[in-house]
Amino acid sequence: MSALDYLVLFGTMLGIAAYGIWRTRGQQGLSAYLKGSGTTGWVTIGLSVMATQASAITFISTPGQGYEDGLGFVQNYFGMPLALILVAAVFLPIFRRWNVYTAYEFLGRRFDTKTRLLGAGLFLLQRGLGAGITIYAPAIILSTVFGWPLELTIILSGLLVIIYTVTGGNEAVSVTQKYQILVIFGGMVAALAVLLTRLSGHLAFTDALRLAGTFHKLNAVDFSPDLRRRYTFWSGLFGGLCLSLSYFGTDQSQVQRYISGASLREGRLGLMFNAVCKIPMQFLILLLGVLMFVFYQFETPPVFFNQSSWKAAAEHDAGQFRAVEQKFADAGAQKEQAIRAWLDARRLRDPAAETAASAQALAAQRQSEAVRAEARAALREADVHAQTNDGDYVFITFILAELPHGVIGLLVAAFFAAALSSKAAELSALGSTTSVDFYRHLLKRDAGDAHYVKASRWFTAMWGVVALGFALFAHLQENLIQAVNIVGSVFYGVVLGLFLVAFFVKWVRGTAVFFAAVLAQELVFCLYFTLNISYLWYNLIGCAACVLFSLLIQALDFKKKGAKEPV
Amino acid sequence: MKSPPAPPGAPESTFDDKATGLPALKTWPAVYLFVFAAFVVSVLLLVALDKLFS
Repeated sequence: MSALDYLVLFGTMLGIAAYGIWRTRGQQGLSAYLKGSGTTGWVTIGLSVMATQASAITFISTPGQGYEDGLGFVQNYFGMPLALILVAAVFLPIFRRWNVYTAYEFLGRRFDTKTRLLGAGLFLLQRGLGAGITIYAPAIILSTVFGWPLELTIILSGLLVIIYTVTGGNEAVSVTQKYQILVIFGGMVAALAVLLTRLSGHLAFTDALRLAGTFHKLNAVDFSPDLRRRYTFWSGLFGGLCLSLSYFGTDQSQVQRYISGASLREGRLGLMFNAVCKIPMQFLILLLGVLMFVFYQFETPPVFFNQSSWKAAAEHDAGQFRAVEQKFADAGAQKEQAIRAWLDARRLRDPAAETAASAQALAAQRQSEAVRAEARAALREADVHAQTNDGDYVFITFILAELPHGVIGLLVAAFFAAALSSKAAELSALGSTTSVDFYRHLLKRDAGDAHYVKASRWFTAMWGVVALGFALFAHLQENLIQAVNIVGSVFYGVVLGLFLVAFFVKWVRGTAVFFAAVLAQELVFCLYFTLNISYLWYNLIGCAACVLFSLLIQALDFKKKGAKEPV
Repeated sequence: MKSPPAPPGAPESTFDDKATGLPALKTWPAVYLFVFAAFVVSVLLLVALDKLFS
């Protein structure tokens, strides 16, 4: 990175954070701190909801997913529009009518204290873990690529977000997120524009899509009923519906965003904005990865995208690693030759030659993949702890090699903006849940607003430090975005079950739903460690189990007491 | 299915919650239907993209 890149990076990050602190200066009162000023419009809410969900790993990892597996990951979001409709129509009006600070406060009023604490506790557990991942993910990648010290990167970015979140509360989070998401959009559009320009030197856009289709990168929708496949239309629709319903309807980091709206209308429109935009946005990010794959058919990519790890391992046996690189370059040259023959055949409208050339290209692609597998094996042999999944490094490698200075700084600023925006929402939600659901409810009920604001600040800072600690000691094997979704899926279904019973089954009481949730969570844990199914299904299983167990336990309780069940 | 009643003392909304304020979609069910239609169109376009370029 050049001085210009650093100027863009630090100018953007510090400028937005300083603006957030300045805009919320002199803020007083618990409601203002936890919910904001009550004047937030739908555009700010919509962008804030989007920025909270889209963390840095969305922008760093997703293009890598597109590069490796094509568009299939977009199915993960198929349940989201339907979930957001339900949240806007059912959840949001109830939260506003009950005038709650946290979603779990509603559980307490509907059921009892133990159910409220269970919901809040599950949120703190899974979001506390997730908060560590959101700060670790961009730091590990950027520090690896740029050679920055990992600990310093985590601590500096973590401290920045802690300062403005603690100082300005929910309002500062929303205000900064609006500008952070604009930086993110700017960076991604710039990357896409450069990629399209570079591609146009090799082939037309339609040919690029045709080539991607030949390599099966455009298979976006898979209607297979196979439960083991990670992303299918069905797992995305039903599992994704439960995941999204739980995330947007019961996760305080999101609930806090839309209950802060000036009116019900503003909150609803903010949610509908996301319901319409999310699938096209994810599609474009994945398409960026697919087009990078096409681009690298004409430019030789590294055999392993995490070059720092590769070079470090190569020191053990330079000859073997150079041989693998040479084999990869040979397979790439063969592939390029076949692709150029394929393009010529298309220009000459010669279907037979086109079919033959695409078959050759596919064979060369299989050869390339075999060499990449060999490279991963060599890496593992040299270092048993080496991270052999390099999907997270694809996009950053492209950025560094192909983008001009200034734009590189903008893209890195976009990654940090994404990390900070989701991190800030998480910290604010963790702080408010600890403060409202545990501290105010259990320990100190009669203090004034100023006391609770101070407590909320301390709890937010405490969670910031916990997330920093987790990030400093984290080691992840999965692709990062999947790791976050897996952690969420293990807990979200049960929490959603709690809320669905609260909203829709009036005759079920606190004790029944509490024990049902505990049993359902244990069931999900057992299944997670024994079954080999897509993690999205755990959302559905956890939710269904919690609802079903609640009905059964309550029915048994009524039977035991001889009471008549209300209809 | 009815939602749980509001607690005693909860403030009533002072806004007209039934109006969407949108020029073409004047009721919330119309907005939800539009969002659902956008989702269906997105899926169909993704399927079409695959069919067209594979």
